[in-house]
Amino acid sequence: MSSPTTHRGFDGYPPEVRERLDADAQEILARYPEPRSALMPLLHLVQSEDGYVSPAGIAFCAEVLGISRANVSAVATFYSQYKRRPNGDYTVGVCTNTLCAVMGGDAIFERLSQRLGIHHDETTEGGEITLERIECNAACDYAPVMMVNWEFFDNQTPESALAVVDAILEGRDVTPTRGAGKVVTFKEMSRVLAGFEDGRADEGGAGGDATMAGLRLAREKGWTAPPIDGSRLGGDAPEAAVEQAGTEPVGDVGSSAEHEPTTAADTDAEKTEAIDQPAPAQEPSDDATAAPSGAGEAPEQASEEDES
Amino acid sequence: MSERAMLGPVLSDIWDAEKPWTLATYTQHHGYEAWRHAIHQEPASLVDVVKNSGLRGRGGAGFPTGLKWSFLPPPDGGPRYLVVNADESEPGTCKDIPLMMANPHALVEGMAITSFAIGANHAFIYLRGEVVHVYRRLLAAVREAREAGLLGTNIMGTGYDLQITVHAGAGAYICGEETALLDSLEGRRGQPRLKPPFPAVAGLYARPTVVNNVESVASVPGIIRGGEDWFASMGTEKSKGHGFFSLSGHVARPGQYEAPLGITLRELLDLAGGIRDGHQLKFWTPGGSSTPIFTAEHLDVPLDFDSVAAAGSMLGTRALQIFDETVSVVRAVTRWLDFYSHESCGKCTPCREGTYWLREVLHRLEAGQGREGDVDLLLDIADNIEGRSFCALGDAAATPVKSGIKHFREEFEQGMHTPAWELFPYEANALFTELAGAAR
Repeated sequence: MSSPTTHRGFDGYPPEVRERLDADAQEILARYPEPRSALMPLLHLVQSEDGYVSPAGIAFCAEVLGISRANVSAVATFYSQYKRRPNGDYTVGVCTNTLCAVMGGDAIFERLSQRLGIHHDETTEGGEITLERIECNAACDYAPVMMVNWEFFDNQTPESALAVVDAILEGRDVTPTRGAGKVVTFKEMSRVLAGFEDGRADEGGAGGDATMAGLRLAREKGWTAPPIDGSRLGGDAPEAAVEQAGTEPVGDVGSSAEHEPTTAADTDAEKTEAIDQPAPAQEPSDDATAAPSGAGEAPEQASEEDES
Repeated sequence: MSERAMLGPVLSDIWDAEKPWTLATYTQHHGYEAWRHAIHQEPASLVDVVKNSGLRGRGGAGFPTGLKWSFLPPPDGGPRYLVVNADESEPGTCKDIPLMMANPHALVEGMAITSFAIGANHAFIYLRGEVVHVYRRLLAAVREAREAGLLGTNIMGTGYDLQITVHAGAGAYICGEETALLDSLEGRRGQPRLKPPFPAVAGLYARPTVVNNVESVASVPGIIRGGEDWFASMGTEKSKGHGFFSLSGHVARPGQYEAPLGITLRELLDLAGGIRDGHQLKFWTPGGSSTPIFTAEHLDVPLDFDSVAAAGSMLGTRALQIFDETVSVVRAVTRWLDFYSHESCGKCTPCREGTYWLREVLHRLEAGQGREGDVDLLLDIADNIEGRSFCALGDAAATPVKSGIKHFREEFEQGMHTPAWELFPYEANALFTELAGAAR
């Protein structure tokens, strides 16, 4: 094993790097009521810079939070995602907890280990891949599961897993079966884990076959949960509400049926969001009096209309 | 509909819509209607609705959610917190991660309502760090909700403020234990705290805190919108409402099946196409590896909190790991103990040392090198962990050992002379080995 990243001593970061990290650290600190809570995202941030929890990174966290380096190290060594040696550009993790192991995870790990010539928690000579046996990653319905930089590669076989590591070794992009459009590097991923968005949230779908298995069956069979009476809250989608309330004329002279239209919601049900629709005659709910008018970004008409 | 509806998608109901993780799609499907209503209610009335709905915690223990909220002491002017446990790491459990991937706004809306109900102005999602795309979706959902004025300061002109922080862990099963989670969120090693005081009294930063599971909190908007009676119309007398049943392992169509509580494994297997072709059910977990295993005898146990407990296990997280007759129980239990031993935080002796020795003994049984009396030794060690460890991890580690021996003692006895892989060839377990074999 070699270090793909230059080893830094306790001298800390060059000034321009430190300045950038300090700005990030301020953003992280602002998320928490107490500064110490920022330690875990700060350690992810350090890994986004150095590819592991470097001595310089430990010193940085300690200085930002005003705690000792020993305190920082004690936390960093507790969690398996914080690396004590330079990590490969891609962590390839094969789940070998019971269910995935039984379904083929053990065999997949063995084949990858042979191909890469490394064992658990070791890194290829070129620094491309760190191989890990990982614990259950909450995707058991897709067993056997492999994670590459913590993106899902579901329903793996030795062949499919080998194809992924071969692509990485050849410097090609790899795409998870559920997740972003491509797997980003360990450092890029670590920056996301530090809480900085990378603009990839909309990539990929809602879920794979197993995620949708029950929903798809329910759709086929026409099974639904008991319907919700949306008008309870003083508003619902127009069609559903009309269906429930009926279409007969309502209201007498002087009642709220005489109310002059004042907003788009009074005349055109499609123009505003469902919640803001005047509720057709239904039992008035106690929220009617509590709802302030004009609050939020849309007019709250329901409070006056409900009383009919 | 002539057939009884076996499934009832509620949280999963928008998963097949266009980009269901976006605010636009969520809003088109009644998203944030409950929050827009709730913010004008008396907080105490929201606690009552959830209490009356019968919602019980979906993270495994099944404690009534509304009751947990009501344990917070009266406001004293200082901060109070909501922390969502999104550390889903229990072997077999795979419901919260797909939920947050597909529909993170259900969680965010539930957090807004819950925070308002308990008087919190800052709420946290503690997400395990090993699911980067789910983290992206949560960060985006919170940002979208804030930009739409659904979170932030003076929300909808009411004067109520709420900040949500999405926090990524870094790989530690123990952080699913609520007090270890709080220590971790405070920037420390994730080790459990002595209880009492409970988090309701002294939680995050020693302030009153509610810690709830993702699915529990995500179920709150539906309860507010549909009402307590709507929620209680699903499920059983003491286990009301809907929940995800996550089938994995040797079933034809593994996956997420959202159904009223009280459905049976027989019914679920029927929906999932049964055990894989040509095989039979051998053993299964009703709610993850920390719940005592069941066998084919238990196919008709209603999967609700009380029925599963009465049958000798726990509903847990409804993580149904299915193993067919090709699988060695000794191999399965040994691997689970590798896990518990690895994840034991080291704080208390019974768990730290006990899981180590269970693992040692199990490994020699798996290799067919067990010694006379090893099976009783396992039971003795398990008994010395159970009830004597600091947190539930120790009890959880004892569970598969004890229930495995209870149902399959002869397999453990065979470990005195024959390796598990000779009794149950491991190639027969894997899906692809079988396929490759059939193709040859």
